[in-house]
Amino acid sequence: MEMRTVFHKKLREIQDDILAMGSMVGKAILRSIDALKNRDLELARQIIGDDQKINNRRFDIEEKCIELIATQQPMAGDLRTIIAILNITTEIERIGDYAVGIARIVAMIGDEPPLKPLVDIPRMAEQTVDMLRRSLDALISRDLGAARKIAMEDDLVDHLYDQVFRELLTFMAEDPKTITRATRLIWVTHNLERAADRVTNICERVAFIVTGKMEEMGASKY
Amino acid sequence: MNRNITLPNSKTLTAQTCVTKLRTEKVSLYYGSFQALRNVTLDIPACAITAIIGPSGCGKSSYLRLFNRMNDLIPGARVEGNVEFDGILIYDPKIDVVELRKKVGMVFQKPNPFPLSVFENVAFGPKRHGIGNRAELEEIVERSLRQAALWDEVKDKLEQSGLALSGGQQQRLCIARVLAVEPEVILMDEPCSALDPVATLKIEDLMKNLAQEYTIIIVTHNMQQAARVSDTAAFMMMEQDRAGVLVEYGATSQLFTNPKDRRTEDYVTGRFG
Repeated sequence: MEMRTVFHKKLREIQDDILAMGSMVGKAILRSIDALKNRDLELARQIIGDDQKINNRRFDIEEKCIELIATQQPMAGDLRTIIAILNITTEIERIGDYAVGIARIVAMIGDEPPLKPLVDIPRMAEQTVDMLRRSLDALISRDLGAARKIAMEDDLVDHLYDQVFRELLTFMAEDPKTITRATRLIWVTHNLERAADRVTNICERVAFIVTGKMEEMGASKY
Repeated sequence: MNRNITLPNSKTLTAQTCVTKLRTEKVSLYYGSFQALRNVTLDIPACAITAIIGPSGCGKSSYLRLFNRMNDLIPGARVEGNVEFDGILIYDPKIDVVELRKKVGMVFQKPNPFPLSVFENVAFGPKRHGIGNRAELEEIVERSLRQAALWDEVKDKLEQSGLALSGGQQQRLCIARVLAVEPEVILMDEPCSALDPVATLKIEDLMKNLAQEYTIIIVTHNMQQAARVSDTAAFMMMEQDRAGVLVEYGATSQLFTNPKDRRTEDYVTGRFG
């Protein structure tokens, strides 16, 4: 007989909240890259303003988790899930901060002419957001194999990071007047690289729910 | 004969407590034709608190009562397998059951002081075991009441009836009564289920203190209590024929955060009960 149906319903609701928050943050990252591509300062300002909604979402999830711990005394897998969600919500919130970081760089760039057409940076962003989305799917389905696989994909993001960095270095070496613009783009890629590392942390928490053990996954070289 | 207990992820068990105090080996218990326990093998560490949890009727209390041979009092009760206390087989016909019960005290669900004064409640056991000297009895009573964290509350009313105390005080009086005969093991069968939360926490604190010197086994329905007080925990459940079996035994920290058996997980997370 299934017991504690109210508790488990609330736990599912929190997981739905996490999915919704992850979706908000994924969109924020992609929009920040759109703002960068289109020199869209208005969009950049919106992303910075919307971050408050993401932060509030995180506090809301934390409050719900604390309430469940205090009132329901969860045990075993349920306890691990709630503790993991508390960690994961922080990771997602920080990824939101990286979107804000990129939006701020867009504001700094203003209407300077583009240094080069953006190819690899949007790919980095898409890869990161795709990893984020799938890591949260792995959370919902408690899919250890998927979590480990996604964490390995951090290498793809690191690889793109290297590639963009090398390319921008050649620009700067050839023409020192490009240094400011190139440096700003490096900052953007750094934000994306950090965001992907946060996804790896989410994958570690998914593994913790499944196995009860902390495991370090694909330590990034950065 | 000392056996060492090794439990995974046990941070609370020290070298001292990793010695087996009590042990059952392939123990089955029958009440007439009904089998209450099947093949239970378990090492209970010395100077630690072991909790036994499980749904109603899973044989927790029957298991507990093996150690002071309380089941002997039930007509038709029969034990198979070995039950050991410090390596000695306690169902050996040569065992003096009175002596065994002096070493293995028990505290029950409902506080059950005798209808005597506080003093006489605690002095009752030592007197039965032949201590008649008043000064010696006074010393035992004070020491036992102090150990039971009750002395300060009752030192001025030792001659009052034990039944006049509050529920929580009565339960601590019963613990003092057990301590007065200097046992080595204390069995507790739902010791807090008739107490309010504050009295419950006092008993739990007391248990933690007592566990430095005594081996404690507690049977409880209250999973949070088991998680709070115990060092090791055993989960029992009924099989289809209603016989109780041991499903999982381990360090409390492990059993409640990462149980190995799916059935334990389902029970501690309330997915069945």
